[in-house]
Amino acid sequence: MAELSGHTAGGRLREGLRAYRLIAGMWIRSTMAYRASFVMTTFGNLVATALDFVAILLMFSHVDALGGYTLPEIAFLYGLSNTAFGLADLAIGSMDRLGRRVRDGTLDILLVRPAPVLAQVAADRFALRRLGRVTQGALLLGWALTRLDVDWTPLKLLLMPVMVVSGCGIFCAVFVAGAAFQFWAQDASEVQNAFTYGGTTLLQYPPTVFGKELVRGVTFVLPLAFVNWLPALYVLGRPYPLDLPRWTAFAPPLVAVGCCALAGAAWRVGLRSYRSTGS
Amino acid sequence: MVVDGGFIEVDRVEKVFEVRRRTGFLRRERRQVRAVDAISFRVARGEMVGYIGPNGAGKSTTIKMLTGILTPSGGRLRVAGIDPSRERARLARRIGVVFGQRTTLWWDLPLIDSYRLTHRMYRIPDARYRANLERCVELLELGGLLDVPVRQLSLGQRMRGDIAAALLHDPEVLYLDEPTIGLDVVSKAKVRGFLRDLNAERGTTVLLTTHDLQDIEQLCSRVMVIDHGRLVYDGPLAGLHEAGESERTLVVDLERELPPIELPSARVVRVEGPRQWLAFPAGESAAVLVARIAAEYPLVDLSVREPDIEAVIGRMYAEKAVS
Repeated sequence: MAELSGHTAGGRLREGLRAYRLIAGMWIRSTMAYRASFVMTTFGNLVATALDFVAILLMFSHVDALGGYTLPEIAFLYGLSNTAFGLADLAIGSMDRLGRRVRDGTLDILLVRPAPVLAQVAADRFALRRLGRVTQGALLLGWALTRLDVDWTPLKLLLMPVMVVSGCGIFCAVFVAGAAFQFWAQDASEVQNAFTYGGTTLLQYPPTVFGKELVRGVTFVLPLAFVNWLPALYVLGRPYPLDLPRWTAFAPPLVAVGCCALAGAAWRVGLRSYRSTGS
Repeated sequence: MVVDGGFIEVDRVEKVFEVRRRTGFLRRERRQVRAVDAISFRVARGEMVGYIGPNGAGKSTTIKMLTGILTPSGGRLRVAGIDPSRERARLARRIGVVFGQRTTLWWDLPLIDSYRLTHRMYRIPDARYRANLERCVELLELGGLLDVPVRQLSLGQRMRGDIAAALLHDPEVLYLDEPTIGLDVVSKAKVRGFLRDLNAERGTTVLLTTHDLQDIEQLCSRVMVIDHGRLVYDGPLAGLHEAGESERTLVVDLERELPPIELPSARVVRVEGPRQWLAFPAGESAAVLVARIAAEYPLVDLSVREPDIEAVIGRMYAEKAVS
């Protein structure tokens, strides 16, 4: 039995990544069929995200601090949030199209291919134009780092890449869970957008500008606070929201793994439900 | 290896859907719908079977269970010894599926790109891929189309492209859901010719659903009719006539106007001047009837009309609906 590679967990992951690569490659080629359109949308994407930060700059032209945070500090939070979210959005941001595939029946096409469905859906409509947001986030983060007055320790340095990767993982989990939900509610992509795009907008501002209840919600219910707030506040040497203990700054990897496991389980339940109801 | 009594084995398979209907703003009514109701059949390797029935009869649901898309609510299902819903991905390598109304090809890319993806995704050995592609390109007349973006292909070209895509990995069974829908006469003929050859030369098992009974007449030695989730007929196409108590029509041109022909085995259904229409059971020989008429009447010309199979099946559905 040569095809057993798909039966172990590692084998499935390898199969999934391979299918993802193949399909994402096809989408990139598809986009390149309309080269001018690709250039314009990528540029537009970059400009749109850039303008987004201009709003914050405008605010700072009137005040010196926002929620007690300076402009470079806000840029730091903003850059982290957008880089982490941008990477997740680039990788699997089109998963919210699952509802449409369920509605028009094209999901069935994916189900008769010898590859994990999650990987195929994740790579669906892979769009390089989403590099715009990542680029903007990374540039802003870079700028913030040159302006910030931080006592860098090895631990803080280590935390930087860990934070971006974990944040990306947390957002990926939100995308997957949102897509899984669409097996039942096919027009729920807007609800999902509220958590993904809405979530990243929230994280661009310091927790001090939000009400306690909201902060509690994004810490304990949908743990977006672990994307940048907690670890970033550790780096900046700022007090944590909700008087959380110091170690929570190092929890993001665990939170990300937990979220992904939950999202994966939700996905499996959703797919099983689809295959038993075919709705 | 088990002796091939059943390459596809379906034993009392059923599929029950729960349909929720909105009855008020938040109130919902739940209702169970038996889309497939305890169906059993076997298909041997190399058979070519037509699967027909009205819309909503359960055709697509059956195909979806056979391909592993849907999990049956009950019963036992095996395709090439594999339980489709449990080992969907493993089965996928051994089956080909063509959805007539949904293309699997990449819209904005040249046709060949879709095939290259299949080559890699199914891990088809290079030599086999090249041979299969060459064969499909030749027989399905795709030669000039490989570099054309799929969106520019006509419906018939795309369907041929889709069929080729489903065959590159040498599937042992090919499911076709409405493969000739919307095609013109020439394209239909090409598709049918190709499927017939595929089945004859490679022994590929073919199961096709269709609304076009000519597909069945020209391709399938066996036909299964499903209605309201139940198999109401399974057998040769010819038998369908008997099952539906159908009649053939003999059109007779006489020398002059005469009173209706009187014969025990046929009845006159229509008279128009010297022309008369006689209906007789589809199972009986026309030769005997013709000989008698020629002997007793001044016969100028005649023709036999086969029963309209659509009418036969229509009658079959109607009977079921009444009973």
